[in-house]
Amino acid sequence: MRFDDIRTRLSGYTVGIAGAGGLGSNCAVALARTGVGCLVIADYDIVEAGNLNRQYFFLQQIGMKKVEALRDNLLGINTEIKVDIFDAELNRDNIPGIFEKCDIIVEAFDRADMKEMLAETVLSTWPDRYLILGSGLAGYGKNNELRQRNVGARLIVCGDENSETSEAHPPLAPRVGIVANMQANAVLEILLNKL
Amino acid sequence: MKITLNNRPEEFVGEEISVSEMLKIKKFTYRMRLVKINGKLIKKDEYDKTLIKDGDDVQMLYLMSGG
Repeated sequence: MRFDDIRTRLSGYTVGIAGAGGLGSNCAVALARTGVGCLVIADYDIVEAGNLNRQYFFLQQIGMKKVEALRDNLLGINTEIKVDIFDAELNRDNIPGIFEKCDIIVEAFDRADMKEMLAETVLSTWPDRYLILGSGLAGYGKNNELRQRNVGARLIVCGDENSETSEAHPPLAPRVGIVANMQANAVLEILLNKL
Repeated sequence: MKITLNNRPEEFVGEEISVSEMLKIKKFTYRMRLVKINGKLIKKDEYDKTLIKDGDDVQMLYLMSGG
């Protein structure tokens, strides 16, 4: 498929991204560059200096709401797409409304309990919707341990499913970026081949 | 009984076991996880009463922090 055909095809879809941190910001950039028509992004956080080691923000954006800063960055890359932002902490009650119109949902949280909450909510609200999780990306190296596993037809997990972040194993730009781009790549595969 | 656990064959003693027992036997101790039996999500508060039976397709995945 030529890029023009790919872009035209992708322009008709909406992808939800739950979290605008390391996974979410990098995944969103990849999807914006490729031309996914609408991105729905939710996060309540603000950009801090410590985020710049792996998240797609800039020094002058410190102090901004992450969703607003990310929308600026995405539209600075591609003006053809639509970016819907929600400045909200996601929970079991607001997830169904915020992501209602999304063809695919990408889980891009930092905290494990939030990942679990989102997965449970999405799977019980829409059993047939595609959900792409990120799990296991701490530290550096070990390229070959990062992979995709399909858990049934519509639940996909990207990462090594093993390395948890901690003081001694921080999340770093390369592995976070790899997993975020694996998630974006899985989105493209679904949108271009399956939906 | 024989089941499929994360796409691999697995054998347990007895006719059926609960999700809680399976997690204990397999030493799946990390708390943040998803369990699906034959494609259906099993919520945490159902682990004790939900039984895994011969032939079931069980998927378990850990949700590690980091993102």
